[in-house]
Amino acid sequence: MLPPVFGVLFDGIAYGMLLFVLSVGLSVTLGLMNFVNLAHCAFAMLGGYVTVTLIDQLHWPFLATLPAAFLAAAAASVVLERVFYRRLYRASDLDQVLLTIGLAFVSVAVAAYFFGTLQQGIETPPMLRGSTAFFGLSLGNYRIFLIGVALLVTVLLVGGLEYTRFGAQVRAAVDNQRMASGLGINVDRTFAYTFALGSGLAGLGGALAIDIVGLDPNFSFAYLVYVLIIVSVGGLGSITGSFFAALLIGVSDIAGKYYFPELGAFLIYLVMLIILMWRPAGLFGKR
Amino acid sequence: MTSVDSTATPQDYLRSLSRWHPIEIVFWLATLVPFFLFPDYLSLASQIAIAALFALSLDIILGYGGIVSLGHAAFFGIGAYAAAIFSKFVMGEPVIGLFAAALVAGIAGFASSFIIARFRHFTLIMITLGLGLLMQEIANRAHWLTGGSDGFQGIDIRPVLGIFRFDLYGYTAYGYALATLFVLFLATRRLVNSPFGLALRGIRERLVRMPAIGAAPRAHIQKAYTIAAVMAGIAGALLAQTTQTAALESISFQRSADVVVMLVLGGAGRLYGGLIGAVIFMIARDQFSGIAPQFWYFWIGLLLITVVMLLPNGILGGLSDIYARWRRK
Amino acid sequence: MSGATLATRGLAKNFGSLVVARDIELTLPAGARYALIGPNGAGKTTLINLITGMVAPDGGRILLGDEDITALEPQERVRRGLTRTFQINTLFPKLNALEAVTLAVAERRGFAGQFWKDLAIYKEAIEEAHDILVRLRLADSCYRPTRELPYGRQRLLEIALALATRPKVLLLDEPAAGVPQEESGDIFEAVASLSGDLTLLFIEHDMHVVFRFATHIIVLVGGAVFAQGSPAEISADPRVREVYLGTRKHA
Repeated sequence: MLPPVFGVLFDGIAYGMLLFVLSVGLSVTLGLMNFVNLAHCAFAMLGGYVTVTLIDQLHWPFLATLPAAFLAAAAASVVLERVFYRRLYRASDLDQVLLTIGLAFVSVAVAAYFFGTLQQGIETPPMLRGSTAFFGLSLGNYRIFLIGVALLVTVLLVGGLEYTRFGAQVRAAVDNQRMASGLGINVDRTFAYTFALGSGLAGLGGALAIDIVGLDPNFSFAYLVYVLIIVSVGGLGSITGSFFAALLIGVSDIAGKYYFPELGAFLIYLVMLIILMWRPAGLFGKR
Repeated sequence: MTSVDSTATPQDYLRSLSRWHPIEIVFWLATLVPFFLFPDYLSLASQIAIAALFALSLDIILGYGGIVSLGHAAFFGIGAYAAAIFSKFVMGEPVIGLFAAALVAGIAGFASSFIIARFRHFTLIMITLGLGLLMQEIANRAHWLTGGSDGFQGIDIRPVLGIFRFDLYGYTAYGYALATLFVLFLATRRLVNSPFGLALRGIRERLVRMPAIGAAPRAHIQKAYTIAAVMAGIAGALLAQTTQTAALESISFQRSADVVVMLVLGGAGRLYGGLIGAVIFMIARDQFSGIAPQFWYFWIGLLLITVVMLLPNGILGGLSDIYARWRRK
Repeated sequence: MSGATLATRGLAKNFGSLVVARDIELTLPAGARYALIGPNGAGKTTLINLITGMVAPDGGRILLGDEDITALEPQERVRRGLTRTFQINTLFPKLNALEAVTLAVAERRGFAGQFWKDLAIYKEAIEEAHDILVRLRLADSCYRPTRELPYGRQRLLEIALALATRPKVLLLDEPAAGVPQEESGDIFEAVASLSGDLTLLFIEHDMHVVFRFATHIIVLVGGAVFAQGSPAEISADPRVREVYLGTRKHA
């Protein structure tokens, strides 16, 4: 029989895995081009609303909507990259922050206009509802599914990065942009593809998040802070970093809510500040 | 650019850069107009003056020093709460309260400047964001000190300098806020045209060249950050004193984000950019206040996108480009 | 401006397994004019970065006059008279030349932190800055923002900024890099007109320039001092010829 703290741990891990899927794309694109994309969670929100629409209007099964959410977010990112982001690759941090926040604001308004401001919920397939008994704990089936998806994504990303040619290009460009382009790697194009991939993953995360945290137009900003914290603590450009930072934040947040509700997010901000002061590039970032 | 005649010395040239332009006089005279033409809007006018002061304080570090801060409201809020606490427990005279708030905000600014000065780019943005959020959490949790989400209770503001009572229409409030803004504006104008202002611009333009000319950029950045914190704290104190409330809103991320938008809208690094941006932003928000918040977000978002893509130097920058092009003809 | 001696003892630096500086021993007497030459990637700019403190060495010492400056911050070294220029223009795009040089003078004179007095009252400093610009023939365009200046003028401004710090030892990193033939004369006149007491180390690829100005040549290859000596000795050295595949005219 496992004590209840393991149940809390499990919930924290599941939440952390969701945050990982949401954050990993931003970490890689930031590490690659130092492009500060604060509209990242708007792509997540898009993925969420695509899923809601497909289920409610077209009666698609939930699992089928997941690749659709990924592709919709990736496609949107390709359009935005062509029209806006491309011109700001070498712009100042401030300009990038302002443009992407502007896009995020517009996304909030558009979502509210089309979907209203109420929180959306969805019906997940029966297999994912309910819970499974595990050594005296009752583990939510959806959360088990979430952890599984996140681990699959991690394996595919790490494998892709290590064993594919594109992955090697990404690694080279993250490591040393100037040298990579000197070697003939088209860094801008690598970024565009990586950006699409990362935004697609955000969209997937948004779809997965609906059953855990709900979906409303505020999603673009509500989780942005956590995503930014994970990316900066984990280290820009590091999948491993995002993974562990997301776990850390996820577990801390859930455990905090259970055991120290008075503290709120205080502890997370403090931990982030301390880690950043100690390791400005993040725990796994390049020095 | 000022035109240069051949008999002018370099010193004359530099002096000409800090000379008062007639349009500035027009601007400041225009700030007196609400007293006569818009007496119903005096409370909005004092809100604008306070926002303008806050934006001016951010301009010092962002426009002139190149430091992107997403947590500047920390000092605004500290100033607001400091002024509130001072009025309740020490004395209600507002001008002395301003000095007290300035001191507290300045200490906070100085302390955090040690951290701020060591980082750049994304890490710096995250640290300013983190510090701001941390302050917001502390203000939220410390009910005993700040009143938490209920707001601070018991502000007791006496007449300004013992003479000017705060009236219901807002004449005193606006006069007080405007006078403070003007005084601090003069100080900022002097700072911008001083050797220190030049050093800040050097830091913004090419940080890596500064040590190579014998400069210690960290000391300059710390000084600028502390000064900006003092000014932001005074702006926050003005808010608490003129509205007789101090609430979490004053230390929130929303306020930090709004002031960045105001400054960028008007044009950072141009002294008047924050002021113009504050006027436009606050009036627009007042007009939009009846409509659902989504519309506000839509237009602000669109505005930000437009400014970044088409008007990188804000409205003042755009105007000065048009003026320069017109003069060349 | 009188020069000081500059010396390095056993200076070493590696980035991982890449050795960029290998036990470098240099001694520049006061007033010397040394040229630092070598193939691309030999570590010449890295050596300047090490000497000026922009990169921390893994071993060795740097001596300015009698003082060991190895632990000093870059700006402290500048204050003691060790200044460098950059191979790639590292200027202030929106400041004009007068402002830029005045800033350097203000930092040297210690009033750059002054925030309650107008810059225009510092007459002596402004005139000093202007004089430097006049000497380098930059005075007529000194009110235009740096980014509007033609490239050759920007290279001269690099040197002007360095002179504003009143260096005793000046390290010039390819002062005429990228400057078209017609304009490079201005740069070298400026260098030639520098006080004879100033200790000078310059990186250069054009051997005509090197032979014209240098009293002593150091050849750097693969992060180590390959050879050093008078111009006559170096030009006659067959090993140097081999490394360069004949006398090089322009990089």
